[in-house]
Amino acid sequence: MKTVQDRSDGTHTASPVRRLKLTQESIIVTITVVMFAAFALFLPGFLSVGNLLTLLRSVSVLGILSVGMGVVVISRGIDLSMVATLAMGTAVAVVLAQPNPYFPQGLPFWQGALLGLLFVLIVTSATGLIIAYADLPAVFATLAMGYVIYGLGRSLFLSGEANYLPDDAGWVVYLGRGLFHGIPVSILCFIAVLVITEIILRKTAFGLFVYAMGDNPVAARSAGVPVRPITVVIYVFAGLVAYFAGLLTAGAVNNINTRIFNSTLIYDVLMVVVVGGIGLSGGKGSMKNVVFGTLLIGTLLNGMIIMNVSYIQQNLIKGVILLAAILADTIFNPRDEQTSQQGDI
Amino acid sequence: MKQMIKVIAAAALTIAAPLASGAQTGKMGINDPQRAAVYDALKGKKVVFVPVALGFDLSDGWYAGMKSQLEPLGISVDVRDPNWSADAGARAIASLIAERPDVIVAHNPDVQTYAKLLRKAEKRGIHVVQINMKSAYATDAFIGADYVDIGRRAAQAVVERCGAGTSGKVAIVQGVVTAAASAYQLRGISDVLSKHPEIKIVSNQAADWDATKARAITETTLQQNPDLCGIIGFWDGMDVGTGAAVKQAGKADSVFVVTSGGGGKAGCDNLRQGVFDLDISYDVPGQARDLSNAIESILQSGFKPGAYKYTLYTPLQMLTRDNLEKYRTFGACWTVDDLKSR
Repeated sequence: MKTVQDRSDGTHTASPVRRLKLTQESIIVTITVVMFAAFALFLPGFLSVGNLLTLLRSVSVLGILSVGMGVVVISRGIDLSMVATLAMGTAVAVVLAQPNPYFPQGLPFWQGALLGLLFVLIVTSATGLIIAYADLPAVFATLAMGYVIYGLGRSLFLSGEANYLPDDAGWVVYLGRGLFHGIPVSILCFIAVLVITEIILRKTAFGLFVYAMGDNPVAARSAGVPVRPITVVIYVFAGLVAYFAGLLTAGAVNNINTRIFNSTLIYDVLMVVVVGGIGLSGGKGSMKNVVFGTLLIGTLLNGMIIMNVSYIQQNLIKGVILLAAILADTIFNPRDEQTSQQGDI
Repeated sequence: MKQMIKVIAAAALTIAAPLASGAQTGKMGINDPQRAAVYDALKGKKVVFVPVALGFDLSDGWYAGMKSQLEPLGISVDVRDPNWSADAGARAIASLIAERPDVIVAHNPDVQTYAKLLRKAEKRGIHVVQINMKSAYATDAFIGADYVDIGRRAAQAVVERCGAGTSGKVAIVQGVVTAAASAYQLRGISDVLSKHPEIKIVSNQAADWDATKARAITETTLQQNPDLCGIIGFWDGMDVGTGAAVKQAGKADSVFVVTSGGGGKAGCDNLRQGVFDLDISYDVPGQARDLSNAIESILQSGFKPGAYKYTLYTPLQMLTRDNLEKYRTFGACWTVDDLKSR
């Protein structure tokens, strides 16, 4: 059962309930530190600066997506359409910048990128409107919207899956694989997205509303929070974050392959959020938890590749960790019988 | 004598008359006696293609090639796109068995999923041709790469490059582990490497045909083994990620990247830019031709489905940056639009 003190968690006054959250966080931090130390001791080369940067870079896109997902989950929602937005927004930008049925000459890439942004704004607003005003459960609405976004993009704009970046997309390549004073730019992008989002969540009315809605949507509405418009904004925000992650992905491998939609990436994102300790029942957690989750998964993946663990065993280990995280989540963040409803996860 | 002149004149007339009249009405030469029967056997037949997905160079290439060769003969070519879902593909084939087209062209996501369905289709009188990725069940025809051979050639290339004087360290980036393309290729590689103890496999990971995963794996492998000598990737569409990681690490010259694919334009561009060093091509335009020819001969044969089974392995092309111009005249560096307008 939630208490007034618990709710104040979102408004970051210290409360005894914090102790509980700290327990879950401390578990994650301990696991990460122990694993990190073990790898550092037993895997030669793990602790090199190069490998640590590789580790961070390989999870920076995952981390950025988890920031967007984190905000949605804090507001007691979920966005399963993020990977579709990532793939299609970026692919639309790339395709329009090449000769295509709409612009036979192909647009300069920055114009294509703006139209990709417009595409993302339109489809994610639609997602938000459906959830906010038609009151559909987010898990089903976004699952369906993922297919709608993918289908729209494929049928309206794309002829194929692999869409190579045009030559004038240098800034995207810089984002994806450039170096800034020896540090991969994609890591800096992840940090920037994290910091900006944390400031929004902590210092703005919007952030306060997000926590209030996640804690108890009915109470939030009674208290005068514009729940429906804020819901739309939250899904648009997640979409924009996904689009940014998409540009980074395209920059890293020089093309965007829309088949990423069929991958398990979205579950990896959920895993980071849940493992990090943002409760699926909403209202709890912060960007700090995204950092923990991302570092844990990044360390794990990096270590498993270095140890040359087979593919099937890697999936097994990931699955067990996700299961353990959900178990921990239900213990530390029990469902609130007063405010839970059908469709919540 | 008069009689003889008459005969000669008559003979001359009989020979000249048709020529003369032929010149007037255009009936020169003789008709091909089999021609009509061939077109009759093909006209109005129905071919349905079930790829693992449309939208990537291989499947789009085969589809375009079949359409451009078979449709002018009066054969309809349709497609059912399961979009990377083996389930949806199995459902598509099940409904085709009820629909009864003349030929199903199956592109198997793995060696098991379609096996029973393909047998059932043949029992129901539908011919089945498999393209490039095999099922465990052999049907009328298989057209495609010999993946064991690709694995051997890739391994051989790496052995030549990574022998004495190098670290001998090699990494493998697989696709989806259950696909015929991955499993058979791995066997080919191990056939060769088992005879070369100087080569050490330092990493053998699966990237699910995904460039981003291939990139992350390769980055970590390179960090761990800065003296890596060679990488064998299983598909050029995925290995743009592998190659990007090698280039990023500044090791494009010291690490030898081998991959394989359909020999399309993207593969050629990547060879030219040094993302790959060797791209073993299974020549999709050639495969599309083989596939269409197999369909034509099956439709003319009149044999019952499954009565005769044969395999046409595609002649492979070893594409490198230096021989692209030569292979371009043999169909390499193609685009889907090229195949549509062929």
